[in-house]
Amino acid sequence: MTEMADANVLREKYLRDGMLPTIFCNGCGHGVAVDYTLRAIEELEIDIDTIALASGIGCSSRIPGYINADGLHTTHGRALSLATGIKAANPELNVIVFTGDGDCTGIGGNHFIHAARRNIDMTVILLNNFIYGMTGGQLAPTAPLGSIATTAPYGNIEQAFNISELATALGAAYVARWPIFYPYQPIKSIKDGLQNKGFALIELMSPCPTAYGRRNKLGKIDALWTWYEDNTILIEEYEKIMNYGTDDEKEKVKQMFQIGVFQNEVKAGFFEEYEKMVERLIERDDAKGGGK
Amino acid sequence: MRYERDPERIRRVLGEKVQFIQGDMAVTYGALLAGVSFFGGYPITPASEVAEGAARLMPRVKGTFIQMEDEIGSIGAVIGAAWAGAKAMTATSGPGFSLMMENYGYAIMTETPCVIANVQRTGPSTGQPTLGAQGDMMQARWGSHGDMTAIALAPSTVQESLDMAIDAFNLSEKYRHPVCLMTDGEVGHLREKVVIPDEDEMELIDRVPATVPKEEFLPFTNSQTRDSKVPDFPTFGSGYRTYVTGLTHNKKGFPATDKQKDHEELIRRIISKIEDDREALTDLEEIQLDDAEIALVTYGASARPSETAVQIAREKGIKVGMLRMRITWPFPIKQVNELSKKVNKIIVPEMNLGQMVHPITEYAAKDCEIVLAPKVGGEMHLPVELVEILEANL
Amino acid sequence: MKKEIRICGFGGQGVILAGFIYGKAACVFSDLNAVQSQSYGPEARGGAARSEVIISDEKIGYPRPTSTDLYVAMAQEAFDTYRHDIRDDTVIIIDPDLVPKHDIGRPIYKVKVQKIAEDLGNKIVTNIAMVGAMTGIYDLLDPEAVKKAVIDSVPKRFTELNINAFDRGYEAGKNARPE
Repeated sequence: MTEMADANVLREKYLRDGMLPTIFCNGCGHGVAVDYTLRAIEELEIDIDTIALASGIGCSSRIPGYINADGLHTTHGRALSLATGIKAANPELNVIVFTGDGDCTGIGGNHFIHAARRNIDMTVILLNNFIYGMTGGQLAPTAPLGSIATTAPYGNIEQAFNISELATALGAAYVARWPIFYPYQPIKSIKDGLQNKGFALIELMSPCPTAYGRRNKLGKIDALWTWYEDNTILIEEYEKIMNYGTDDEKEKVKQMFQIGVFQNEVKAGFFEEYEKMVERLIERDDAKGGGK
Repeated sequence: MRYERDPERIRRVLGEKVQFIQGDMAVTYGALLAGVSFFGGYPITPASEVAEGAARLMPRVKGTFIQMEDEIGSIGAVIGAAWAGAKAMTATSGPGFSLMMENYGYAIMTETPCVIANVQRTGPSTGQPTLGAQGDMMQARWGSHGDMTAIALAPSTVQESLDMAIDAFNLSEKYRHPVCLMTDGEVGHLREKVVIPDEDEMELIDRVPATVPKEEFLPFTNSQTRDSKVPDFPTFGSGYRTYVTGLTHNKKGFPATDKQKDHEELIRRIISKIEDDREALTDLEEIQLDDAEIALVTYGASARPSETAVQIAREKGIKVGMLRMRITWPFPIKQVNELSKKVNKIIVPEMNLGQMVHPITEYAAKDCEIVLAPKVGGEMHLPVELVEILEANL
Repeated sequence: MKKEIRICGFGGQGVILAGFIYGKAACVFSDLNAVQSQSYGPEARGGAARSEVIISDEKIGYPRPTSTDLYVAMAQEAFDTYRHDIRDDTVIIIDPDLVPKHDIGRPIYKVKVQKIAEDLGNKIVTNIAMVGAMTGIYDLLDPEAVKKAVIDSVPKRFTELNINAFDRGYEAGKNARPE
């Protein structure tokens, strides 16, 4: 393990002058996600001027404002489509998308499905806090059954989206999920995602004490942490129990969030494939003098 | 792979200089000539041929075509590509145009150069998908929420579809604004002769790249290098580290959502960078207006039966002329107002129940009578129908 | 000079291509203007289809025909459907095998273009034989210009077949008399 960089050094080097403080509440995990991302960039020695950020609307989507790099803060749910355009026009850019669960899988679900399916070369850092936080606590498609939200005042009766499993099924090249307070694994996953040539999703479970926690008896940060501990299980352990565990144990882990690396494949991203096609066509045209 | 405009390769891929092609394909040709390097599209009648042409031709000039998941994604990708340096476009029709409105507003607010070709049909909703109409003239002008203005061109012929696709890119680059190329299902599906312009017959305008020192650069205010309300463009990856947001932002691009002054200054500048240039953005064709007592004011497809009607009516001794708007937005206030002082009546033939008749009324009704001549249902006006309307209005 | 031409048949017969070739011959290979428009039912095969071409030595305003100078039919349903606006002096050309019920009390040019195509071994060039026939009958475009448009518009490996179809159609057209 390389030595961790000093937070003040990172701040000085990467954060945008004049945009702080952030809008994030006490106990919110989003600032930590910024820190992890900057550490990943620092450790990989990526030139910040080769990075293009994109985001949609919501708390997590404010992150590109705080990082001193090119960034598009777009319309609600649409970040992945704009990010696709950025990558198309300049494949040398490292495209990183910050998005939330509502932004990416609610209003932006269609773009998410297709960006993952096309395996567009980008790194998506999705901060899942089970709630529409910025607008005051409305029901998100990721909210566990029974969650209270302002638009689900009697408890959520909808089945929740399992974002990482969806991305895995769509064939995204890299998929990982971690609770935000795991200190090392998310950084490693962001690094792996940035180095992967295809679509990389890093789903970070990021607590929202203000909009989700308060309504769900998890307003105190230690209660939230305990909830995360009790409701997550490493993929490897999950598989062990599903193979060798008792029926009771199996039932229990089925209700939990699996965490870890779901998928890590080496395969060409969309634009790599596109470039191959272009080369083939150009060669063909040039061979016959380019006639129609 | 980075696109670089290669005029020779583009012309080789397009083929013969004189061709007999559809209006939709002419839009693709014009875009290629203008140097389009990104096309994000989604199938929709009667615009699909524009995307099909782009899918076939763009990879062969090292451009990128992607069929996106929907029209929202299409214009999204177009805007993203524009910020990474591309001349980017999409093509759509009524329902798709409606879906694009939010990001159209985003492109206006973030001053993103891009082109939306709208091969218009009618509505509301799905309407008559295979037939032409002029259904979105007002949506182009007012479609986003909030205060906005628009740049829109309306070709009447296949050749103009090609020429105006080039113009649309030039205007979008010059003003850093989305430009709507408002063709329609009628012109889009007609086949006519086009002559592909030589390189020296074309003028191409590129956005002005940011050049001032990075620490002094202000991405969202008057140009710091020219006398212009259009800021210089900090292409992503060029080191300017620009934050682009659809929120009300200050000159640096930082959110200023609760600042009345910042908002007013920003919106007024975005609108006035175009409206201050209304004269330069006026492009009209005048036909037999010198001694006219009655005038048809037209645009796009409906100009074609109108022109034939003028010929027929002239043969009958009716003193009629025609004013055709090649650029409909910004609206040619001065010229329409002057016309209203010269003629007794203005007839407005439209393939809708009245859209451009509203600004015409706003600027011409004080001095002459305005008569709307609508035709809906997917057919153009017959020239004789317009002649009858002219005769009834003598 | 302005001539309005309607070519109709059933979907899949290539009437759109026939109109396209005729229009292209006028504006790419002759110094004329042409506008071609088309309409067909939602199905890609079957149903009445029509292709309309206006050819003029002046600018063409209204792009759809308002009457018909030349009316060409290659299917019964189309012949019956799209005949409403013919005039007394409209030139009518049909394939009598494809339009058996054509007795409308008017002289009509009859050319068995499908037979020509079949004799050449491929029914698919029926439309090109008809383009040849109309070029021979209707004295508007230089046959060389139309032939160039044919060559320019068909797949290279079928050039010869299409030229043959055009030539035979043209000859048949030249010899045809209204009856």
